[in-house]
Amino acid sequence: MKFIGLLLTCALGLFAGETILIRDADVYPVTGPEMKSASILIQDGKIADIAVKIVPPKGARIIEAKGMRVYPGMIDSATELGLSEVEAVRETVDTGEIGEFMPQLKALVAVNPDSEFFGVVRVNGITSAMTFPSSGGRGGGGGGFGGGERQLIAGQAALIHTDGWTWEDMAVKRSAGMSIMFPSMGGGGRRGGVPDNVVEILGQGGAANAAANQRRQYEEQIAKLSEFFENARRYQKAKSANAPGFQVDLKFEAMLPVLEGKVPVTVSAPHASTIHDAIQWAKKQNVKLVVLQPREIGKEGAELKAENVPVIFGRVLALPETEDSAYDQSFTLPAEAYKAGVKFAFGTFGNEFSRDIPYQAATAVAFGLPYEEALKALTINPAQIWGVSDQVGSVEKGKLADLIVTDGDPLTEQTHIKHLYIHGREVSLENKQTRLYERYMSRNQ
Amino acid sequence: MRKLIIAGLLALAPLCAETIVIRNATIMTVTKGTIKGSIVVKDGKIAEVGEKVMEPQGATVIDASNQYVIPGIIDCHSHIAVDGGVNEGSVSVSSMVNIKDVINPEDIAIYRALAGGVTTANILHGSANSIGGQTLVLKMRWGKDADDMIFQGAKPGIKFALGENPKRAGNPAGGRGAGTPVQARYPATRMGVEDTIREAFTEAKAYKAEWDDYKAKAARGERAIPPRKDLKLEALKEVLEGDRYVHAHCYRADEILMLLRVADDYGFKIRTLQHVLEGYKVAKEIAAHGAGASTFSDWFNYKMEAVDAIPYNAAIMTKKGVTVSLNSDDAELMRHLNSEAGKAMKYGGMSETEALAMVTLNPAKQLGIDNRVGSIEVGKDADLVIYDKFPLNDFAKVQKVLIDGHKYFDRDEEVSSRPGKEAEKQKLIEKEKQAQPRTQGGRGGRG
Repeated sequence: MKFIGLLLTCALGLFAGETILIRDADVYPVTGPEMKSASILIQDGKIADIAVKIVPPKGARIIEAKGMRVYPGMIDSATELGLSEVEAVRETVDTGEIGEFMPQLKALVAVNPDSEFFGVVRVNGITSAMTFPSSGGRGGGGGGFGGGERQLIAGQAALIHTDGWTWEDMAVKRSAGMSIMFPSMGGGGRRGGVPDNVVEILGQGGAANAAANQRRQYEEQIAKLSEFFENARRYQKAKSANAPGFQVDLKFEAMLPVLEGKVPVTVSAPHASTIHDAIQWAKKQNVKLVVLQPREIGKEGAELKAENVPVIFGRVLALPETEDSAYDQSFTLPAEAYKAGVKFAFGTFGNEFSRDIPYQAATAVAFGLPYEEALKALTINPAQIWGVSDQVGSVEKGKLADLIVTDGDPLTEQTHIKHLYIHGREVSLENKQTRLYERYMSRNQ
Repeated sequence: MRKLIIAGLLALAPLCAETIVIRNATIMTVTKGTIKGSIVVKDGKIAEVGEKVMEPQGATVIDASNQYVIPGIIDCHSHIAVDGGVNEGSVSVSSMVNIKDVINPEDIAIYRALAGGVTTANILHGSANSIGGQTLVLKMRWGKDADDMIFQGAKPGIKFALGENPKRAGNPAGGRGAGTPVQARYPATRMGVEDTIREAFTEAKAYKAEWDDYKAKAARGERAIPPRKDLKLEALKEVLEGDRYVHAHCYRADEILMLLRVADDYGFKIRTLQHVLEGYKVAKEIAAHGAGASTFSDWFNYKMEAVDAIPYNAAIMTKKGVTVSLNSDDAELMRHLNSEAGKAMKYGGMSETEALAMVTLNPAKQLGIDNRVGSIEVGKDADLVIYDKFPLNDFAKVQKVLIDGHKYFDRDEEVSSRPGKEAEKQKLIEKEKQAQPRTQGGRGGRG
């Protein structure tokens, strides 16, 4: 009976029970100093022990890792993984729903576990990712496909593992962020935004009316957004007071964790002015905030730090914003944030770049970010930002065994991931691409 | 304002060739291994390379201790420095248009590419047409005018395109950029793309025959009237005569094979297959035809014809005898082709030299300029990039870039010039504000 149970567990892929000993590796816990030639015991999906010598328990599978390194699995803090497959083919894209206020939408339930992207990102050591209903990346964006009015709330982003049989199985945190398309002067987004100095010039010149129009639209949208939050708060009160005639409203229901401070709102804020506005707005609404994809930090560094607002950087390997921005503008941004004391993590905002997130981090190192901080921004920082640092983000006893075993520094292109564990399961590093490689390398006719 | 800032940057451009010694560097020559030593640059050329060199008196010395030198990076597929749109999309055979006519030497992307170690780029039209326009090889001589950027002696090319892009304008339901049923443009399928190319070359062959006939008659001293010059067919005639390279945008194995067979039938060569994401499936056929392949390191899945793209593409094609380069097709990617090359070491186990060759010597071969650039050898152009670290990953940062022995980029100078440029910019903004009449009570402006 017990044997059948074990078989069944295996068949379901729930290898949580497997005991694995990774032996004699150099361990980089991220939260503590490097440990030379140490061993890690994985039991019940978790890190059961880390020590120089561990006697393997009976039945443990032993991975000889002499000369290899162990790091926590990396986290990409902004993707559309599982939601968007072939960006140019609408039928394969599930980001960018229609509707102005859509907090009830859950990215998690539309995650396709068989997306080819998962196998591909695992090869480079990414074990979890935030997947957004609309990350503002290329895969749609707020109402990008739907048309109609501008979307203000896109829905709930989920933190998922990059392996699992079902989305349920993959969830690390079902609702880790509420994606808000925060209004901005001149429109947010990647290249549409108008830098402050240009707005300044426009405002002084003949185009003053255009600026005034923008300002009016912006204020209208902020008012709309704030009103929605006020209504959600009224709903919260009515619910807790058990008011007569109270009726469930799925939109407001979805807002409760945000109002209770359990889930942060995420806001794409490319420019200093939007960062400032978002911080002030979140403060007024008394909600937690995560700033996404800033293209400048500047004097907002102090405010971000003072208000304890973390930042998710978009691709470091990105073009400067304007013609006369420094060529290395986006390369130096993480170092600037670090110097200002801002907490940050990296995201790629587009699935096809996700596998390159370690190299994005390396670029930040080349341009002034301390190496250890780059590693943290791929591991423990995002774990803290998304509220799961008790589970993932470092090699520590008691955490989920999300680990990578490598033959070198995972931030360099030359390094191979040799083994990868998600929740204690060893996950194959094969994918469609490696299979095509094998198949066509062997073509002789 | 923009012009003035550009003028400021132009001032950094070098004036005359000097004799330079790059000392104590790790030199990745590509053709002659990696050595620790020095490079002497004279009259814009590499005069000496070795562990010990004769340092000419009065030479400018660049101390590159603990630094790396590689040949200037060559991007075989770029659309920078083009003034305005890159597609003449009204017809599917637009061989009469020439990128040479629309070069913008003030495109800031040139300077940024330089800062990423790129010294030479193949500038192409877009991929909307089965047969696009005429292409041009540029050196990133930032500060020079359009004519002075041209890589003299590099054979001109022509862009072809297969697959989704050229057929899109014909498909009324074809997504981005699709034509309406009224405006639909032939072709709408891969079948139509093949036919479009065959029709064009059938015409071009007849046109060439007319000219050959005329020339033969003239040579024999017979009276003959020259045929009317046709600018569209002239470029294709050059292809048939081997005087113009074909650079063909393609994705899927079927269309790649189709083009090779069309070229075989009409007796011309495909110089490079561009993107060629499924090239690994028909590597044998590509090698047999003698085409080069210029691909991406790891892009995939962004469109339907890219779902079978694999990062091992470059390695497989190399192992099967194809000359492979890695290109950018993108002003951003262009800035880190060094680390793109590094990925070939991970995916498919290329050696350091093989990987580096994919962004230096191999694109030089594909563009027919490997006698001039692509490796660090005596007699070649002094197009050199100095990095602070091992250059095939993203920890490395470009320090200096030389083209023809001139320094066109210097990171230290770039960084130290920033406060001055910022002050100048603020002054200009202030001036602009003063120059404009103050608007009153919302009545100003264009309304």
